[in-house]
Amino acid sequence: MIRLFRRDLALATRAGGGFGLGLAFFLIVVTLVPFGVGSDTGQLAAIAPGILWLGALLSCLLSLDRLFQLDFEDGSLDLLATAPIPLEGVVAVKAAAHWVTTGLPLTLAAPVLGVLLNLSGPGAVWLVISLALGTPALSMIGAFGAALTVGLKRGGLLLSLLVLPLYIPTLIFGAEAVTRGQQGLSATTPLALMAAVTLGALALLPFAAAAALRVNLR
Amino acid sequence: MSIWEYANPKKFMATTDAVLPWVTGLAALALVTGLVWGFFFTPDDFRQGSTVKIIYLHVPAALMAINAWAMMLVASLIWLIRRHHVSALAAKAAAPVGVTMTLIALFTGAIWGQPMWGTWWAWDPRLTSFLILFLFYLGYIALWEAVDSPDTAADLTSVLCIVGSVFAFLSRYAVNFWNQGLHQGASLSMDAEENVADVFYLPLLVCIAGFVALFVALVLIRTRTEIRLRRLHAIELRERLG
Repeated sequence: MIRLFRRDLALATRAGGGFGLGLAFFLIVVTLVPFGVGSDTGQLAAIAPGILWLGALLSCLLSLDRLFQLDFEDGSLDLLATAPIPLEGVVAVKAAAHWVTTGLPLTLAAPVLGVLLNLSGPGAVWLVISLALGTPALSMIGAFGAALTVGLKRGGLLLSLLVLPLYIPTLIFGAEAVTRGQQGLSATTPLALMAAVTLGALALLPFAAAAALRVNLR
Repeated sequence: MSIWEYANPKKFMATTDAVLPWVTGLAALALVTGLVWGFFFTPDDFRQGSTVKIIYLHVPAALMAINAWAMMLVASLIWLIRRHHVSALAAKAAAPVGVTMTLIALFTGAIWGQPMWGTWWAWDPRLTSFLILFLFYLGYIALWEAVDSPDTAADLTSVLCIVGSVFAFLSRYAVNFWNQGLHQGASLSMDAEENVADVFYLPLLVCIAGFVALFVALVLIRTRTEIRLRRLHAIELRERLG
């Protein structure tokens, strides 16, 4: 499983893996927002938590379709399915690798982009904490969506339609935590709830995703 | 004699053939009675005037929108556990009906909300949850459409239905947490003290019964169509081979 993790990391970071594309996309989204809503700093600060969370969510979505697709096409997914490690474990490892290559960089880059949107200091702290707690759920839910659509020719658009509604609880709690943190209120309640969603997703979704993969590999 | 006998398509077709006219008749009768009673023979509300009467469409549709998803969940579970094809087809058949009910609830809600709350749309928890439910229905139907092999499609949509149910539930409470809304609390529950007055309550019950019967009738018709489509497909395959 560690080997699989390393292999996925290597594939993602080397040429053509699309590593960094998610980050660039995140940057572009954040850059475009002031053009759309105006450069008033107060207004930007007010919407910054939501925009940063939305941007992170969309960049996470961007790299999902290649999570299983390439392995499915060249047949290595079949090999992984017949390998001695359980398919649930494969899914979890792949989701973890996805998180390390997208969620983690997004979390680290978010406070820098927060500066562009005039996010306050405490807001930035809470943003990092909430993203760190929430993005694993995004990767795991995304892995489930990718497992559902892996056999499809044009699964990309369908993938977003399936996955984005599942992101709603995480987004609500995440953005709420940052907003509260920015206003100096206690952010622990939404954070705890979001962590619960993340843990639940990590515990249960590998089974659902593996079931979907088995159906698609039949 | 067990309930699983109806999983046999032949038995299902024979039974529904006999039952369907009755259910359809009941739906028509209850809907006409309930709506005419509600629209023309109930007093206007002292504050809301005649706009209150949209309740006879709004509440039953909203109720069925949620129950349709619950029915799909049960049918999906039956398909995953016992592999009865009729069950998977019934889940498929129920989805568009559920979407329609959701849309009816959203639109009548907007029409009702405009004069009462002064807005067509507010990010009230229930409105938001229904919008989210609508998105879940769309994803479910889109997945059915996208997968070619019927059995694969049934499996994948069933898994999606189960996971979606959990997340729909989560979203419902997350949305509650996010924003307090304009809707009143429960006013139709059995034990609550503040309920809708009987004058409005009784025709509403008839309307709800009508919507339930309508839903059952539509799902039965659509399931029968799906079964016939399967049979047609099988016949075509056989002819091409023969």
